[in-house]
Formats: sequence, C-alpha cells, structure tokens
Amino acid sequence: MKVDLVVALAGNANVGKSSIFNQLTGLGQIIGNWPGKTVEKAEGVLLHHGKHIKIIDLPGIYSLSTYSQEEIVSREYIALEHPDIVVNVVDAAALERNLFFTLQLLEMGAPLVIALNLVDVAKKKGITINEKKLQQLLYAPVVPTIATKGIGVHEIVDAAIEQTAKQSSAYKNAIRYGPEIETRIEKLERVLTGVNIGYPMRWTAIKLLEGDSEIVNKVGEKHPDVIVAANILAGEISDIHKEPCSTVITSERYAVAARIVKEVQTFKESEKSSIGERFDALSMHSVWGYVLMFTIMLSILMFMSFFGGWLSEIVRNLFESINPHMTGFWPDLLWNGGVVGLYATLSVALGFILPFYIILGVLEDSGYLPKIAYLMDRPCHTIGLHGKACIPLLLAFGCNVPACVGCRIMETKRDRFIAIFLSTLVPCSARTVVILGLVGAYVGVQWALALYLIDFVLIFLIGRILNRFLPGVSVGIIMEMPPYRLPSGKVVMKQAWNRFKPFLITALPLIIFGSIIIEAMRITDVLYLVSNALSPVTVVWLGLPAFTGFLFIFGVLRKEAALVLLMTAAGTVDIRSAMSPVQMIVFALVIMIYVPCVATIAALVRETGWKKAGLITLTEIGLAISLGGIAFRLLSLFM
Amino acid sequence: MPQEHIEEYLEAIYDIAGREGTAKTTEIAERLKNAPASVTEVFQRMKQKGLVRYELHKGVSLTGKGYKAAIKMKRKHRLLEVFLDKMLHLPHENIHEQACKMEHTLTDETETALCKTLKGPTECPHGSPIPPCNLEVKNCQECFSEQNLTLEKRDKDIIAITSLKHGEKAKIVFVRGGGGVMQRLCDLGLTNGTIISLLREAPMNGPVEICVRGCKLVIGRGIAEKIFVQKT
Repeated sequence: MKVDLVVALAGNANVGKSSIFNQLTGLGQIIGNWPGKTVEKAEGVLLHHGKHIKIIDLPGIYSLSTYSQEEIVSREYIALEHPDIVVNVVDAAALERNLFFTLQLLEMGAPLVIALNLVDVAKKKGITINEKKLQQLLYAPVVPTIATKGIGVHEIVDAAIEQTAKQSSAYKNAIRYGPEIETRIEKLERVLTGVNIGYPMRWTAIKLLEGDSEIVNKVGEKHPDVIVAANILAGEISDIHKEPCSTVITSERYAVAARIVKEVQTFKESEKSSIGERFDALSMHSVWGYVLMFTIMLSILMFMSFFGGWLSEIVRNLFESINPHMTGFWPDLLWNGGVVGLYATLSVALGFILPFYIILGVLEDSGYLPKIAYLMDRPCHTIGLHGKACIPLLLAFGCNVPACVGCRIMETKRDRFIAIFLSTLVPCSARTVVILGLVGAYVGVQWALALYLIDFVLIFLIGRILNRFLPGVSVGIIMEMPPYRLPSGKVVMKQAWNRFKPFLITALPLIIFGSIIIEAMRITDVLYLVSNALSPVTVVWLGLPAFTGFLFIFGVLRKEAALVLLMTAAGTVDIRSAMSPVQMIVFALVIMIYVPCVATIAALVRETGWKKAGLITLTEIGLAISLGGIAFRLLSLFM
Repeated sequence: MPQEHIEEYLEAIYDIAGREGTAKTTEIAERLKNAPASVTEVFQRMKQKGLVRYELHKGVSLTGKGYKAAIKMKRKHRLLEVFLDKMLHLPHENIHEQACKMEHTLTDETETALCKTLKGPTECPHGSPIPPCNLEVKNCQECFSEQNLTLEKRDKDIIAITSLKHGEKAKIVFVRGGGGVMQRLCDLGLTNGTIISLLREAPMNGPVEICVRGCKLVIGRGIAEKIFVQKT
C-alpha cells in the first residue's frame, strides 16, 4: 500500500499519545493512566480524505538524552527515519515540563505539530493557554485536543498535512542559549563540517557539549579530534557557570520553557481542593493508603472468586441441560472432548479472565497504579526493587507476557531481571482459574487464599535471594504521579476486549483441540501409557492421580487448559469424584509454580535471552515439584 | 574546657535530640558516662557560647549555630570512618572509636580533600548519611573537576528535601551524586534554583512526593536525600 504521509507521535510519558493513536487508527494499543506503558513503537494506518497516513506511536520520554532505552528508540526514530511530521503531544496541565521536550524536538529540526492535549484537565486546574501565542513562539501549529473523547484528533492530521506543504526553517530560532554558549556551539559546528552521523549539525554540536554518550561514541569513532575540541569547549562553559556543561544547557532550556509558559499561560488557583486532590491524600496516606490498597486487592480477589464460580456454574448447567447423553466412541469424543472443552473454556473465560481484565482496566485508567508504586516502594526495597516494579507485577495478575515486557520500565538490567523473574511467579488469570476454579470451588475459599499467600511468600523469598546474590545495587524510584481521572467505560471495555481477543483466537481452539485429543487418548488407553511414564513424579512423589501427568505437559501451553482438560481426563465434570481435596490443592500448587507457559517463556527469551529464560524455567520446575511433594505429605497429615 | 569536649557534647545532643528536639541531662550524662552535675556545668558554658538552648528542668536543644557545628563533626567523623574502612581496610569494629579521636583534629582543608579522594561518599560504613559539605558548589562533579580548591564557603543553611516539613517550599541549591540520576532529575525539571515543595512522604523512610514546575513527582528516599535545598 502506498503511504502518503508518515506521522510520528512523540511526547512525555502519560500525556495521551496512545489515546490519540487509537482514536486515529482504530487499533487497540494498550493505554492507561500511568507513565511507561508504551515501551515499543506501534504503527497503524489511517485513511484521511483519501490519503493513507501512517501513524507511529513512540514511547513516552522526558528528554532526548540517553538515560533509558525508550529515549534512544524515540530519538533514533525521529532523527534517522525522518517522519514527515512529528506530532508532539503536550500535557496542557504540565506545560513547562512538556515544553522542555518540545524545545529539544525543535532543536533537532523535526517538523512539528503540537497537540495540546488534556485541555479539559488543565481547565479544571484553573489553567488557560493562549494557543495563538504559543503557536508564534514555537513556530509550529498548535491544536487543542481532548484525546480520550476524540476531540481535536482529526484536526491534528489536517494540521500535519498542511504543515508538510510548508517548508520553513524559522523554528530553528526557537531556542537560543546565552552568548557564551552560542559562540561555542558555532565553533564546534565549524569543527564538525564534513562529519555526518545522520543527525542535524547544530543538534550534534549541542549533544557533544552535553557529553551525550551515544553521540560521543558515534562521532568519536572516526573523528576523535572533534571530541577533544568538544571537551575543551564544554570545559570552558562549565568554568563560567561553575556547573557541568550538560546541566547548564538543561537549565537554559528550562529557563526558555519557563519564559514561554509565563507568556502563554494564565493560572487561576481554585479555592477548594478537588475531589482528586482529596482522594490523593487518602490513597497516599501513611495508614489509610495501605488499608485502602489491601481492601481493594482483597475485594478483587473475593469478587473474582465468587463471581467466577457463580458464572461458571451457570454456563455448566446450561450446557448440561442440552447433553444428549449418548454413548459410544464418536459421541464421547465429540461431547466429552469437544463440547465439554468448549464450555469449560467459556466458563473460565467469562467467569474469571474477562472480568479480571475489566477490573485491571479500571485500575489502570483511573491512575491508581502509580499510587501503589508509591506505597510499596519501601517494601519493594527488601527484595531489591523499587516501587515501579509493582506495576508490571500487578499486570502479571492478568497475564505474565505483557508483564515481562512491561518490566522495561525498570532502569537497570539487574532490576529488570529480578522484576521479570518475580513476574513469572505471579498467579496470572490462567492460574487464578485453576486456583479459584478448582480449590476455591471444591475445597474452600480459605485454601485458595492460602495458595495465594504461599505464592506471595515464595515471590518475596526469591526476591530476597536474587537481591542477595546478584551483583550491583538498585537505583531509586523517580516517577511522575498522574492525577486521578474517572475511568471511561468505553476505554475500559475496549481495553479488556483487546486483551481478551488473543485468548479467544489462540487459546480457545487449542484447548478444544487438546480436549478432543485427550478424550481420544482416554478412550484408546494411550493416556494411560503417557501418564504412567510420568507416574514416578505425579503418583509417587506428588500423590496425584496418574492422569494428571498429561495435564502438566499440556498446561505448559495454557495453564487454564489444565483445569479444563482435567474435567475431560477425569471423565467427569464433577472433579470431586476423581480427586481428593489434598490432591486438588497439590495439583493447583504445582500448576501455579511449575513452569511459565510457552507464551511467557517466549517473552522471557526475548527480554532476557536463552540462558536466563532457561534458568528461570528450570528453577520453577524444581521448586514446584519439591513444594508439591512437601505439601502433599504435610496436608495428608490432617486432611 | 577543651574544644574536643564540647564537640563530643554537640554530637551527643544531636544523636539524641536531632535538629529540633530536646535532650534530657540524664540522657547525655549516661551517653558520655559523665556525672549529671558536670554535664549541667558544660551545658551552661555551651549556652554562653550560643551553641545550645538550656533550661534547668527541660533539657537541652541545639541552636542554629550548635546544629551547624554538630553536623560538621558528624561529617568529619563519618568521612573518617569511610577512609579507615575503604582505604586503610581497618576491621569494622575498630573504626568508630578511632574516628571519634581523629575527628577533633581534622582541619576543614583535610575534610574537603578526604571527601574528594573518597569520591563524595553519601553514607558511613554503618549506613548513616554523611551530611553535605558547606562549600559553594552546585554538585559534586564540579568539586571533583576543580583543580585548585578556591571554593567559597557556603553561608546558607542547606537541608535535604527529606528534612522539609509537609507543604514547605524551598529552592534547590545542591545535588549530590553521580551523572545518570542527576541528568534524569534535571530533565524532569529539578535544576538548580528551581522552587519545589514537599507534598508528602511514605512511612518507614519510604519515597517522597514533591511538586516541581506544576507536576507531581515521586522520588525514592535514597535519591531525595541527595537533593539539597534552601528554605525560601
């Protein structure tokens, strides 16, 4: 397909880039009210008045320095891929900090359109912005938007199209430093003549003065003399200001941003604190904050347990009422294999997985997750992490795969590895299905909660061990606190659907297929043979029925499949007749820990490499088998 | 009365009462293993020198001048501990006592040189924070790169963000520590001279939430303790 225009969305974290992206492309990029969601760039195409426009959603960054991976991704894209237009999404309620980034984009010579987003939030805070004046000062069109409601998003595209027609270089004057710095930039530019690393000259000169490691390496490879010159000039600047050159330049940029804000913004302080402010005070309170957090978490778990069980029951009865009760090879295969597989999957999907994604969406969209990061920062230090790690760990309750990817918000490799390892131990919705659907439903909710508790203790202990033995120290948390907002029903539902869809597409056919295979194997006694081979572990050590052996193998594909197939393999929907309570608890415990599912292993390999992925997988297999055997022996004493 | 004696007293009061609290005579006597009567006598003399506020039955607390002097001693003591530990590799259990003796004879010049040689350590081997220096610098890098030390002394009273009261505003004057985190703080708008306010802090030495340039930021305790401000 021919693409007429490439538009990249760039800006600070959590200003609404992904919302605008979704509005424009109709795609389901995950959005939420916390900084750091988008870690990889996403692409989509929009048909706008007959033109095919490619939209790129870049990770949110605060600066074009190279503090984090996302900053490098965004910077390289903007400078080296040359999108036709960069739409700089700006938070109108935090203009100064956002303009600091805008100024860097201008400096890079990127063709800009400013999307002044969140104007509604700014207005509530008493902030009004003179868009015309801002437009003049930045030499770029400014479009006010409310991305969540879709207001202004198509005007952005109009402005982008219009802007590509105009080629102007006036914007290069948007930021001028003090004369003592400007003369040195010019000097360095002269030295740089003939050096081309793909970035604009003035920008390269400034970055060299700032001592940006990426640029220094790139230029230094072939022109070490330039670096020497840059160091001398930077040294002169820092002598004048009694500060490192990079800090001087950063301070000057902020001074320019502050000056612009002063000219375009009027601020009227509202007298009474808003509801958001008051909820801030409560949810971050030294005592009530924690009480609230634990109440929320526990209620989610209880709700899931009861609602899931109730809905599963309804679905099951519905299907049982149409059971034709025929016997023979084919009816058995179709009914016990196919239909039971289908309804068991549907019951767990509708009862546990979808509701959980909806709850997660509400938590994400409301802006509560960063508060948890704040509250849990101190406790996280005991396992060698800081509070930000709570966010991927909480996402892991939904699914471990995005959690592993989300661990990129951790700044150091060490922190990332610990966070990823621990994420794979968090009971995801699939494991929740097994825990609540088996133990919670047939043994008792208190036992299900006990399993969760064991898992949390395990996470804590492994975190302690990793923290102890991995070299290096954790850096501290630096995180923006977004204001609360009322979650939008539409966004939450759409988000839940985007997360749920892959389940329907990949898991459902897989489970039904697996269910038919197992039924066929059961009828033909092959299941017996396979399970027997595993029986030294399953029967002798773990004390489980022999048929569970095959389930463990299948559970590697999808953990919820283990429960669904359990019903098929046991040849009954009422598992109570096939397994004792102790066996159910041990089974759920092993499923909970024994190995990350294939999708997670794939994500692990991608994020950490084969070696570490293997290490995590083997450790968890070992742990699950040992703990399962111990649990079986202990529980048998009194149950 | 030897200067050394008074310095020991200042440190003891700081350890027990902190910046603004009050220490009881008996507590100090117990700590320094002196008789309460002689302790009271020293307090009287310290009061004359303007180092402490002292009332007979209420106890003793540091004045601004006394606090500065106490902090100075703490800094010297802890720097020496790092030196004895990191450079001379003395056994851990011996360093406190020896630092106690050496701190009183350590000149300011040696103190600064020690800090530079040790690359601006932030805490002693026992984990207590080392108070910042009182030189006119904006961050540690500047001091490290300075060849011949001609830095002026800072007259202002600077404190870490974590020592602000909730809701209090202050101006950033000094950021201690290494390049990466400092650049990030700058990028988020925490440049020298910026006014910030402390909104709240999490319990048990948890992170702090501050307001800077209209945004709310959460910063871990370890980093926040390295950002020094001056009250406005």
